[in-house]
Amino acid sequence: MFLINCPYCGERDQSEFVSGGEAHIARPKQPTELNDDQWAEYLFMRKNIKGIQFERWNHAHGCRKWFNVARDTSNDKIEIIYKMGEQPPKL
Amino acid sequence: MKNKYSIFSLIKNAFSNHENWQRAWRDPEPKKEYDAVIVGGGGHGLATAYYLAKKHNLTNIAVVEKGWIGGGNTGRNTTIIRSNYLWDASAGLYDHALKIWEGLSQELNYNVMFSQRGVMNLAHNLQDVRDLKRRTHANRLNGIDAVWLETDEVKKFCPIINTSQDIRYPVLGGTLQKRAGTARHDAVAWGYARGADEMGVDIIQNCEVKGIKRNGDTVEGLETTKGFIKTKKIGVVAAGHSSVIANMAGLKLPLESKPLQALVSEPVKPIIDTVVMSNAVHAYVSQSDKGELVIGAGTDSYVSYTQKGSFNIVEETLKAILELYPIFSRMKMLRQWGGIVDICPDASPIISKTSIKGLYFNCGWGTGGFKATPGSGDLFAHTIANDEPHKLNAAFNINRFVSGDLVDEHGAAAVAH
Repeated sequence: MFLINCPYCGERDQSEFVSGGEAHIARPKQPTELNDDQWAEYLFMRKNIKGIQFERWNHAHGCRKWFNVARDTSNDKIEIIYKMGEQPPKL
Repeated sequence: MKNKYSIFSLIKNAFSNHENWQRAWRDPEPKKEYDAVIVGGGGHGLATAYYLAKKHNLTNIAVVEKGWIGGGNTGRNTTIIRSNYLWDASAGLYDHALKIWEGLSQELNYNVMFSQRGVMNLAHNLQDVRDLKRRTHANRLNGIDAVWLETDEVKKFCPIINTSQDIRYPVLGGTLQKRAGTARHDAVAWGYARGADEMGVDIIQNCEVKGIKRNGDTVEGLETTKGFIKTKKIGVVAAGHSSVIANMAGLKLPLESKPLQALVSEPVKPIIDTVVMSNAVHAYVSQSDKGELVIGAGTDSYVSYTQKGSFNIVEETLKAILELYPIFSRMKMLRQWGGIVDICPDASPIISKTSIKGLYFNCGWGTGGFKATPGSGDLFAHTIANDEPHKLNAAFNINRFVSGDLVDEHGAAAVAH
């Protein structure tokens, strides 16, 4: 239970948002050239970090826009919020 | 040799004010080297150690636990046991566990209070009816007891359910597995710990794993807060923290760890003598032997290692409970807590070797691992001892995410995720 500062709407309760999981997993540029291991890595394998993790969130019950969040999963403290397409900040 | 627990030992110890009970397990310091080390002293880890010693004669082994045994998800679940899963592989896995549960108290000489009070799953819409009927048929083909109940039969089996057709999600029927039920979760951990300790297994509490030492593709040992432990075989049964351990070995797992909540009410007289689960509205409830209602809520949508969970999740569940059981409207809730569950994309577990020799994982049980505790320990012990899976857990290897041969049990997992 925590608040998220939506870059478009401001601070709202987390229940207004939906987590989109780990961020910066790029869709393969040449999908047809991937082998099964590479597909499994892309589709299923996750870092699932205990500590600061980069994630995508969607303001599903608000502006419905996507953005990135760096959040400490060990205490749910949000470090920084940045827009889609931006590189993860150095923390 | 441990003293046998019986009515006579209870009477005998009553005369000495229960001050002379023998210690149930030792509190040893880790040795320098073991034949195998189990990481995680929950029910699954302790069961693994127990069966490694009992069935595979591996007694020079240890269980390392960062907190106290049974302090994680073993002590945080809603203690429901059932085996009514859809696919053949799952039916084999969960019913193997259920069969062990049926004789577990006698085997361990420890009362795990296994109570086959039945588990009823409710249907609230036409798709639920179709899915649950299909699952009933699949269960029966696999030799698992399951029956379909019409709405009036649901009401007869559990009279306090509101079966009015005027509620938002009316009860359209349900399935019942009579062999299913509940057990005392702490007793399972303690019983396995006592049994394993008797055979020489070292149970080392307050010992956190800090690193896994590898030589190329082979494990050499564990760095822990109590020093380095040399071993050739490491079985990781760390539930929500599986990915944390995997990352130490340079592996990635297909898991996401999320808080799952449960809550109990103040104790009341017996009112519900079975377990009722409802996927669609996300409410499930049973009553503990102490009289508390035990209520399971859902998972949060985000990864988190805080054992708390969000309030809105509890609120949703209690709304559904109140609509289905108006009789509970004045009940007060006593405690609420969360546990970190490791969820696989197909809602089925991983009991498997890995690409690193000597490193084994038993994880991904998600929201429903307690029911499988004895079977999981038995099969994981087999996998570690023989370096090969048992036929019952062969389908639950980690390579299924590469081959695509997934065991999709989202329908039978009681918690939607």
